[in-house]
Amino acid sequence: MLNLDYNFADQHDQLYNELLLLHDGLDADQSQALNARLILILMNHIGDADVLREAFKAAQL
Amino acid sequence: MGTYDYQTYDVIKPRELDGQRSDAPVVIVGAGPIGLAAAIDLALQGIKTIVVDDNNVVSVGSRAICWAKRSLEIFDRLGVGQRMLEKGVTWQLGRVHVGDEQVYTFDLLPEAGHQYPAFINLQQYYVEQYLIERCADFPDLIEIRFKNKVVAVRNQPDQVELDLETPFGDYTLNAQWLIACDGAKSFVRDALGLQFKGQVFDEQFLIADIKMEADFPSERWFWFMPTFHPGQSALLHKQPDNIYRIDLQLGADADVALEKQPERVIPRIKKVVGERPFELDWVSVYQFRCAKLDRFVHDRVVFAGDSAHVVSPFGARGGNGGIHDIDNLGWKLARVVRGEADTSLMETYNQERVYGSEENIRNSTWTTQYMSPETSVATLFRDAVLDLAKTRAFARRMVNAGRLSVPCVLEEFALQTPSPAISTVRTGQVCPDAPLSLNGRPQWLLPMLGGAFKLLCVGCEIRVNGLESIVIGDGGYEDATGKAVKDYGQGVYLIRPDQHVAAQWTAPTESDILSALARAGGEQC
Repeated sequence: MLNLDYNFADQHDQLYNELLLLHDGLDADQSQALNARLILILMNHIGDADVLREAFKAAQL
Repeated sequence: MGTYDYQTYDVIKPRELDGQRSDAPVVIVGAGPIGLAAAIDLALQGIKTIVVDDNNVVSVGSRAICWAKRSLEIFDRLGVGQRMLEKGVTWQLGRVHVGDEQVYTFDLLPEAGHQYPAFINLQQYYVEQYLIERCADFPDLIEIRFKNKVVAVRNQPDQVELDLETPFGDYTLNAQWLIACDGAKSFVRDALGLQFKGQVFDEQFLIADIKMEADFPSERWFWFMPTFHPGQSALLHKQPDNIYRIDLQLGADADVALEKQPERVIPRIKKVVGERPFELDWVSVYQFRCAKLDRFVHDRVVFAGDSAHVVSPFGARGGNGGIHDIDNLGWKLARVVRGEADTSLMETYNQERVYGSEENIRNSTWTTQYMSPETSVATLFRDAVLDLAKTRAFARRMVNAGRLSVPCVLEEFALQTPSPAISTVRTGQVCPDAPLSLNGRPQWLLPMLGGAFKLLCVGCEIRVNGLESIVIGDGGYEDATGKAVKDYGQGVYLIRPDQHVAAQWTAPTESDILSALARAGGEQC
């Protein structure tokens, strides 16, 4: 089951900042590419198809 | 201007101009909240100070208004906490809006088992007034010299010398130590040629204090991109005397002189408060930076408060951070002046407070980057968090409209004795408060700690010569609600004069305690 409760162990500000630092110096296309790579890496880590489909749904605009 | 009745304080001819000398070992530059707190803390330790200030009124404008629980506990130790609590507005609820929609609320109801609430709002001028009045309780120890302007500082290895200008003439003052509490534009810092390194943010903000009879609740309202102020952020919170603080983000290109004009300010405020009648009390436009000195101790000159570090205002880490400096500094400087520790104890002030200020700068920089993203990808993620926050609890915690000031944990520093934690209370952290009682009379724990080294014994009784023991259970204070045992477990804690835990044990020997005491007191650092 997809966890939509808070799960950052109080490190959310730090990690959010590190995420933005990854994009430092990148242009818009490069940022897009980085985000895509990151999503794929995290998808592979999660692995579970049901969880991923729930996440797809939760992310829909 | 305004609601507050600004008193001017008497300017007295310094005795040096009559050929006499002063024997105060410590001179404090700046009679703001930080300098005055330093004078009182040192007076409580029996150390004489002279406070000099180039002015003779309290802060003009409300400025620092948000005082956190830890600062209130420190102010309590200094003797003004209750007065601040009575006058101040205790927050109840924070509301965060995106656009005109409320996304979530956070509760700031007083934490059970603590004497002081999470935060109060109280204008800086009241804090300074209360501190000046408290200084008068120490006529033999504190001398405040208004309209004494420092024009030169000569910092030497074993003393410091200052040249001052006054309406009565110029003179020179010598002291063993100088504490520079002269604010973000510190003259002392410039006189020593010290670099103030950090990041300047281009974003400009308008602060307006308005007086309004409307009965708004004691809440903190924050808006990201409200329709009344498109694309920017806005903040509204209440102060005593029906004064409301409104903070409006103006963007990087706003014209400061223009934005301060009442004809520009009033329509903006009307968009926030609607048609309720109000009058302007104080208006200021500011830009900020996050910067600090590399070191807070330079030979005989010690920096505290904004002279040492400045942060963005989101999270209330400016005034509160400065009060934490004094809490850390007072007892150490007193020990050094009394000859109980050598100057290496001052180095621990430098280390512990540089660490604390880095934590504050880090948090306030993150908030600033969140609130005014500088790149399109930062905006993308910020907006995604705000959007998810409407429906997802996890994202609510990621919304960063200011992480409120909390005291730092000093576990890794030299004064603390490394030891396994015997409870949820870590070595190096501030002691959590607890309601106790003795013979049916209620008593808070924290006011009994602090001022000197103490032993806190929970569920046991240990006595060591020259060290006061506070005993809970086992024939001592009763743990009125069980909170003390819940937090502290059973064991013995060595508590520093600033109420931080220096060491903890389940069953220490006398020599364990004495060696931790020597270490914490700077005899082995």
